[in-house]
Amino acid sequence: MVMRRTVGVVAAATATALVVAGCGGGGPRSDGDEKVTGGAIVLGVLNDQSGAYSELSGRNSVTAVELAIADFRAKYGDRAVTMDIGVRSADHQNKPDLANSKAQEMYDRQGVDLILDVPTSSAALRVADVAKEKRKLYFNISAATTDLTGKNCNKYTFHYAYDTYMLANGTGRTTTEQVGRNWYILYPNYAFGQDMEKSFSAAIADADGRVVGKDGAPFPNTSGDYSSYLLKAATLDPKPDLLGTMQAGAELVNVVKQYNEFELRDKGVGLAVGLMFITDIHSLTPAALAGTTYTDAWYWNFDQQNREFADRFQQETGARPSFAHAANYSAATQYLEAVQAAGTDDADTIVAELEGKEVNDVFLRNGKIRAEDHRVIHDAYLAQVKPQSEVTEAWDYVRILDTIPAEEAFRAPSPDCTL
Amino acid sequence: MTAFLQSTFNGLVSGAFYALLALGLAVIFGMLRVVNFAHGAFYMLGAFGAYVLLAEAGVPFWLALVVVPLALALLGMALERAFIHRLTRLDPLYNFLLTFGLTLILQDLVKLRYGVQSSPYEAPAGLRGSVDLGLFDFPTYRVFILGFAVAVCVGVWWALARTRVGMVARAATERPELTRALGINVGRWITPVFGFGTALAGLAGVLAAPMRAVNPLMGADLIIVVFAVVVIGGLGSIFGSVAAGFGIGMAQAWAEAYLSAFPIVAQTIVFIVMAAVLFWRPAGLFGRAEAPA
Repeated sequence: MVMRRTVGVVAAATATALVVAGCGGGGPRSDGDEKVTGGAIVLGVLNDQSGAYSELSGRNSVTAVELAIADFRAKYGDRAVTMDIGVRSADHQNKPDLANSKAQEMYDRQGVDLILDVPTSSAALRVADVAKEKRKLYFNISAATTDLTGKNCNKYTFHYAYDTYMLANGTGRTTTEQVGRNWYILYPNYAFGQDMEKSFSAAIADADGRVVGKDGAPFPNTSGDYSSYLLKAATLDPKPDLLGTMQAGAELVNVVKQYNEFELRDKGVGLAVGLMFITDIHSLTPAALAGTTYTDAWYWNFDQQNREFADRFQQETGARPSFAHAANYSAATQYLEAVQAAGTDDADTIVAELEGKEVNDVFLRNGKIRAEDHRVIHDAYLAQVKPQSEVTEAWDYVRILDTIPAEEAFRAPSPDCTL
Repeated sequence: MTAFLQSTFNGLVSGAFYALLALGLAVIFGMLRVVNFAHGAFYMLGAFGAYVLLAEAGVPFWLALVVVPLALALLGMALERAFIHRLTRLDPLYNFLLTFGLTLILQDLVKLRYGVQSSPYEAPAGLRGSVDLGLFDFPTYRVFILGFAVAVCVGVWWALARTRVGMVARAATERPELTRALGINVGRWITPVFGFGTALAGLAGVLAAPMRAVNPLMGADLIIVVFAVVVIGGLGSIFGSVAAGFGIGMAQAWAEAYLSAFPIVAQTIVFIVMAAVLFWRPAGLFGRAEAPA
């Protein structure tokens, strides 16, 4: 009896654990500030502050937004539309439901005028719905789905840094032209991975390449093992020139470690990564990734302007900025500039002010805020991880092979989108 | 055939981790009736221990393989003395919640110091590259893991079956009341056995460091599968947990290799098997259904 009962407890506990796993830290946070917009501007940073994406955006995105506010104050001084500018932040733990309720709380109870960041596509889409319903502004930075400017687009949502089309087009097309035609694609089997696989396959086909095999790996991959796919990649006929992995974060680390373990590079299968942040390279070490190509939305050591921002950022945080950090800084700056120009924080007026605007700043090069679908387009970069011997400075891990002009980097406005 | 053997081998390597972790859980559960959710966190600490020793003190992998499990055994024993044994008389759910809380604390402490990004760790020089196994080449490190894990499992089995300490532990595991009645001080063995279980988790962690992402959450997903493995093998059954560990590893690898059009199968197979086992053999494949007490 005791035994059977305990089996029940363990089975129930296992099921409970499935549901609650990964929910750690960052409980509900509310400070009951019911101030309504009026004289004050409040920027809300809603992102992952405890989980897998907390390093590439997380608390440091809040710091980036604070830097933008400080710069705005310094630039306009007494002429600023208001000096009362604050930041609120919340941890959505990459959960769509939590993102939804936190976004409502920010808009309704904390007087937030603009929500920034929001990684994880499923969470990002829920926040877009909230923005639409509340008629408040939302600049998505860290989510990848093109649905934000496709079937889920709306008047108050702008998509800022990157998307799956940009990644696939940059890496898929350029690498096919420059490195090899035959691809094996490995993707995590959920919305982001499936979306990436489709975008990559299309971009590879456009460049006259060929996808000789593709597999969806379990997500989350609890065993942490990718050897079945890696072994298969080496035996396909024709042999793929490239393994395109769409895994992100810790799963990407697992794939790369095992790619090296099975010595696929020596077997003639190169590595291309769908989505990678400088923080990933830092943790894997450039040696593990040497020669890997990927598309970057921004690189901290690209030019003097970027480097100056990166120096300031490092003073505040101890790390070099990822493109998401730079994009948060840029988005906050462009919003504040628009409020300054319009003399109001009325959302509809700001949308009119932003639409069609051409921008150049530390993040946006040849940037334009498209009126048709609110996609913010800008130059993107094809990057390659340097061999260890060429790394002379911590965090300076890649060289930029090519600049992809803004108009080519992003897709044309989607017919699915009506604002 | 070669492809089948390769994926079987890969399954056995994944299974080696399940088996080592399940073995520790089974030993702990058997002796203490504690469902140790913190087992995944000890596994994570094992991998971090190896990383920290190498990065901060230059301690090589081989030494870490000895030092880290010992350190975790001490930590495990301290936690058992300080917290866990206070709750063992109560419903198992209390200790489950306690160890779940411990997991969150341990994870967040590591996060605080090392962040959520994975930390780099390379295989030792002698185990890089691959070896020729006749039909195919296989990464040397994986061959080492498999051999090492099997050796550890056999060693534990030998210790349990052939030594006096083992016999006491086994008796206390399977019939604690009866063992007590025979005049054996079961309580004396509880803390060391808990430490032994956490040491096994730490050992698995050190072994995982060169081939898995070393980050604070690395144990969180894995432990769920390991729980399922323990249930499949039969709670508290030493042999069952090891057999189920290797079995589930292989089942996952085969599902990945031959049912790759349906990734959902590889993802859920362990839970499907668990459900089936609970349905037909509620005590697990190798567990013994006890007579009503």
